[in-house]
Amino acid sequence: MTLDWKLGGVLLGLVFFLAVLLVKPIGVSTQFVILDGIIGDAVNSELVTKTDEGYTSSNAYLAKSGGKYAKAVANPLNYSFIFVLAMMAGAYASVRARGGLSAQERSLPEIWRNTYGDTAAKRYALAFLGGFVVLYGARLAGGCTSGHMMSGMMQTAVSGYIFAAGAFAAAVPVALMMYRKES
Amino acid sequence: MEILLAIVIGAAFGAVLDRIGATNPTWIGRMLALTNLNLMKTILLAIGTGSILMFAGQMLGLVDVGHMSVKAAYAGVFIGGLMLGAGWAASGFCPGTGVCAAASGRKDALFFIAGGLLGAAAYMVTYPAWKASGLLNDIAGGKTTLGSVPGAKYDGLMALSGDLVGIVMGLAFVVIAFVLPERIGGGGVTVPAE
Repeated sequence: MTLDWKLGGVLLGLVFFLAVLLVKPIGVSTQFVILDGIIGDAVNSELVTKTDEGYTSSNAYLAKSGGKYAKAVANPLNYSFIFVLAMMAGAYASVRARGGLSAQERSLPEIWRNTYGDTAAKRYALAFLGGFVVLYGARLAGGCTSGHMMSGMMQTAVSGYIFAAGAFAAAVPVALMMYRKES
Repeated sequence: MEILLAIVIGAAFGAVLDRIGATNPTWIGRMLALTNLNLMKTILLAIGTGSILMFAGQMLGLVDVGHMSVKAAYAGVFIGGLMLGAGWAASGFCPGTGVCAAASGRKDALFFIAGGLLGAAAYMVTYPAWKASGLLNDIAGGKTTLGSVPGAKYDGLMALSGDLVGIVMGLAFVVIAFVLPERIGGGGVTVPAE
C-alpha cells in the first residue's frame, strides 16, 4: 500500500532538496502560530499593527525578531503559509488518486482499532491533547519534525540533532507503552 | 513566482507524505513502537539523499549557500523535542502530517489540529516566561553546523569542511537506512529488555 522505502526515501529527499535549491528549507509548525494570529487579529484588530518599519504585535511572541510573525499574520499570502495549504491539497489529491480512505479508517486508524477497539471519543480526546503538546513543544523548540529533524539534520544543524534526540527519547517509550501488544 | 513554488513544492511534499505512509497514525505507531521500521528507513534515506544533493550542489556552486536556514540550539530545543515526541507518539501526528491527514479525511486529525492551534496559542502567551528562564539562550554557539560551510553565515562546531562533513553525514544516513532492520524486538506481548 505504501511505497517501497527506497523509492519513497529518494522522493522525499528530492522534495527537501528542491525546497532548499529553489527557496528555503521546509518547515510547518510556525504556520499554526500564523493561523492563531490571523484568528486573533480578526477578533481583536489591535493584536497586529503596522509600524514605520513593518509590523509589530501586542503579543511578545508575534513581535519577536523584528515582527516577522506579525508581518506574516498581516500578509497570509506568503510562501510558508501557502506551502502548508498546498501540502493539504497534495495529500488530498494523492489519497483520492489511490481510491480514498475507507469510512472505517477515516473515523479511526487501524492501530487504534486493533488495540483499543471502537473507542472514537477516547481517540479524539487523545489526538486533541497530543496536538496541544506537539505544537507547544514545537514552538518551544523552534521547529518540528519537518523544520528541525529533516531540514535541520539534512543541513548538519546542531539544533536538529538535539531536537531529534529529544523527540525519539520521548516518542519510543510512549509508543511502546501504548502499543505493547503488537497491533 | 515564490507563491507558485510554494504551491508546487508544497503539493509534492503532501503527496509524498501520503504515499510513504507518514500521514497514517498506524505506520507512525508501528515505527515508534519499533515493530515496523519501513517509515524510519524512508525518513533516514530522505535525510541522507537531501544532504548529499545539497552539499554536493553547494560544492559545485549549483546550490545557493544563502538558502540554508539553520535554527539556533538552546536547552528548550531538547525540552520541546521531548514534548513533541510524546505528543507525536500519543496522537500519531506531527504538524505537517497532521494537516495532510486532515485533508485526507481523517477525523482524528481535525482534533489534532484544534489541539495544535490551542497549544501554539498557549506557547504564544507563555513565551515571556520561557524567555526570562534563560532556557532559550544559545548553547553550542547557537546557529551552528557540524563543520564550517564555506559561504554560509553560520559557524561550524568543528574546524572541518562543512560541505564534506555534510556529504559524509548524508552517506551515514543512507547506510543506516539500509542496515536498519525491518523491526526491532520480537513484538507480540514481549516487552523489550531495557
